[in-house]
Amino acid sequence: MNIYNAPAQDTAFVLDQLVQFDKLCEAMHLEEVNLELANVIVEEAGKLASEVLAPLNAVGDSNGAKLSDDKVQESPGYSDAYQQYMENGWATLTAPEAFGGQALPNVVGTAVNELWHSANMAFALCPMLTQGSIEALIAHGSDELQQAYLPRLVSGEWTGTMNLTEPAAGSDLAAVATKAVPNGDHYLITGQKIYITWGDHQMTPNIVHLVLARLPDAPAGVKGISLFIVPKFLLDENGEPGELNDAKCIALEHKLGIHASPTCTMSFGDNGGAVGYIVGEENKGLAYMFTMMNHARQSVGLQGLSISERAYQQAAWYAKDRTQGSRKDGTKIPIIEHPDVRRMLMAQRAGCEAMRGLALIAAAEIDRAHAGAAGASERVELLTPIVKGWMTEMANELTSLNIQVHGGMGFIEESGAPQHYRDARILAIYEGTNGIQALDLIGRKTLSDQGAALAALLDEMAGVEAELRAAGLDKFANRYAASVARGAEVREWILENAGADRQTMGAVAFDFLMLMGYLSGAWVMAKSAASAKALDAQESAYGAPFLSAKVATARFYAEHYLPRVEQHAQTLMTGLDAAFVLTDEQF
Amino acid sequence: MKAIVAVKRVIDYNVKVRVKADNSDVDLANTKMSINPFCEIAVEEAVRLKEAGTVSEIVVVSVGPKAVQEQMRYAMALGADRGIQVETAAAPSSLDVARLLAKINEEENADLFILGKQAIDSDNNQTGQMLAALLDIPQATFASEVKIADGKAEVTREVDGGLVTLEMDLPAVVTTDLRLNEPRFAALPKIMQAKRKPLAVKTVEELGVTLSNSTELLSVEPPAERQAGIKVGSVDELLDKLRNDAQVL
Repeated sequence: MNIYNAPAQDTAFVLDQLVQFDKLCEAMHLEEVNLELANVIVEEAGKLASEVLAPLNAVGDSNGAKLSDDKVQESPGYSDAYQQYMENGWATLTAPEAFGGQALPNVVGTAVNELWHSANMAFALCPMLTQGSIEALIAHGSDELQQAYLPRLVSGEWTGTMNLTEPAAGSDLAAVATKAVPNGDHYLITGQKIYITWGDHQMTPNIVHLVLARLPDAPAGVKGISLFIVPKFLLDENGEPGELNDAKCIALEHKLGIHASPTCTMSFGDNGGAVGYIVGEENKGLAYMFTMMNHARQSVGLQGLSISERAYQQAAWYAKDRTQGSRKDGTKIPIIEHPDVRRMLMAQRAGCEAMRGLALIAAAEIDRAHAGAAGASERVELLTPIVKGWMTEMANELTSLNIQVHGGMGFIEESGAPQHYRDARILAIYEGTNGIQALDLIGRKTLSDQGAALAALLDEMAGVEAELRAAGLDKFANRYAASVARGAEVREWILENAGADRQTMGAVAFDFLMLMGYLSGAWVMAKSAASAKALDAQESAYGAPFLSAKVATARFYAEHYLPRVEQHAQTLMTGLDAAFVLTDEQF
Repeated sequence: MKAIVAVKRVIDYNVKVRVKADNSDVDLANTKMSINPFCEIAVEEAVRLKEAGTVSEIVVVSVGPKAVQEQMRYAMALGADRGIQVETAAAPSSLDVARLLAKINEEENADLFILGKQAIDSDNNQTGQMLAALLDIPQATFASEVKIADGKAEVTREVDGGLVTLEMDLPAVVTTDLRLNEPRFAALPKIMQAKRKPLAVKTVEELGVTLSNSTELLSVEPPAERQAGIKVGSVDELLDKLRNDAQVL
């Protein structure tokens, strides 16, 4: 069985207790938005997710997108599902009202996006990329481009793509070679882009490609890249899709997972040049990309939660259904009663709940930053690589645990467990590999401000110890306080050792990323446990079973995951210098 | 044409029902509550009639504590135009609800009443019929198809062993069966709009109705636990058990 139910109650708890959603809405001057509305929205989105999108997940895995006659045909059922998604207005959730959006906070969009990605990650990538192109146009597009493209992108009538990567330009976008030549009121684009998610499909009458390319006189490197809009169909005088542009998908990748998400090789300008329109100013394309990066990276981190939650639900169902061994009275024992299976289920559950808390807190910080709250931008910058890096590493571990819970059946495709494991594997790679995230965290987010934003976060974390003690969770508080103190030591160590040897920072960056991930997860779970203890089980809408499960899950997190902070701290403070003893040739 | 749709807040159909330890009632503490599925079908039918241009206004009515507003907002998110809540902490009987609806209609003068055929909690299947009797208007229960034209309603009813099609003068009461339609998902913009739609709250006293309290809930029992089965060695043994132990043959 591979059914999916939206974890609406936990989402409500996080929005209510950790994000303090009603206060956030007040700060954002959103009079009509409150927790009650957010809960209704999450619940209703959950219906579409579990009843329409989730059943198509396995269909898309075994019937991936196909290319023929320069056209990509999406997986069966996906177009109908997309129409339903669009007609029910889900694409409009967070976009500004001026372009037809509902202008809801980013954190609500994030809570809802979790459900789409859990139900069907390959499907949900399409709206996710569209959202990226919407943000780019809102932030940097001319009025004319905004009027022409934004309303249809916001409504979901058209979808968007992001064309960055080229065969020789992956993590290093300075190497982008696609050309853009001015030609009257537009540019002619020529070149090839790879790994273009949902680069083509037949679900909508138009697709809007955002393309990074270089002008003929552009400076070399990162300062010579511009951003263009290249529609699949050029717009006629009425603004409707007309003539086919000189841009097409020429190949689909054969991938480990997300088979229903067409990963296209896009060829621009095979017949003289694709018509493109510049977004913003010349040579600023890469800087524009960076303005969208926090949101995009947090979205991928969120996918890590989503796929882990889906895998957890499957594992929990299987563990209750599958019996092995007999009791003395002859009745069979469901494997959930076996302690090691229980350990794995709790590891999945605690991981998911910590990730949900962190993802929504980080998403709400983006809202706070927009509302101008002090320190919010710095917090967003700091949390983003942790959300992306740690949560996607967790996804690999937790989807693997789902397979393990299934035993031999987990290795069999028909069980559905392998798909989540395969689908999850891309998350640590795309939108900046986790190596890149780790460098971002230790360099741009820690060393560049002398650890100031990190110190502020560690201080805030330290404050939760008192909440744990007040809630009577002393053992938890002891573990937690020791880990936070270890985090502060590591911060000092990094600041002290950074000057001497930059190579060391690169070598230990990943351990730092993971350390901060486990510590942030502990912070979230500590806050959750303290809140759950403080709520009156009789009066609270969450009820005694939910609240006591929350406290126990948090305790499991502290016992199972928190010691990993110590492990990463020890590794990190060795400097890992043995990694540089061998010559390249010795590998 | 105005339609009144009555909706009831009930335990969600996906929830495993628990009985209170003292057997006094079903345990609803921290239980997910939803709109009664038959009522949801009633709302959907009214919305379809409105989309077809037959109905011009949909008034959703519910009876109960403040929490029923959740289900009324949901009905509005599906397309109802406004709501009237009759506030009461008591659990009113079918007859009380029918009398409250009849009272509300003195002001509303609706042309069509669409109700679920029954609520999945109490399973009474009474309110629609009682409302028709109180208003002295025609009724068609268990509807699987509703057509409205020229001041008349043509309703196909699901009955034992087949279908019956009735024609009624309006105003009339229709109660919905499962196959009448498949309710839509609420669209996001409509969820947002629903918050702004008018919702009037009236008390039982304001309506001048005295709740009858003519029935009293004595006890609730969960279904008997299923006993473990046995494995039989042969068809003969199976027949023997069915004949002699189970005595069903």
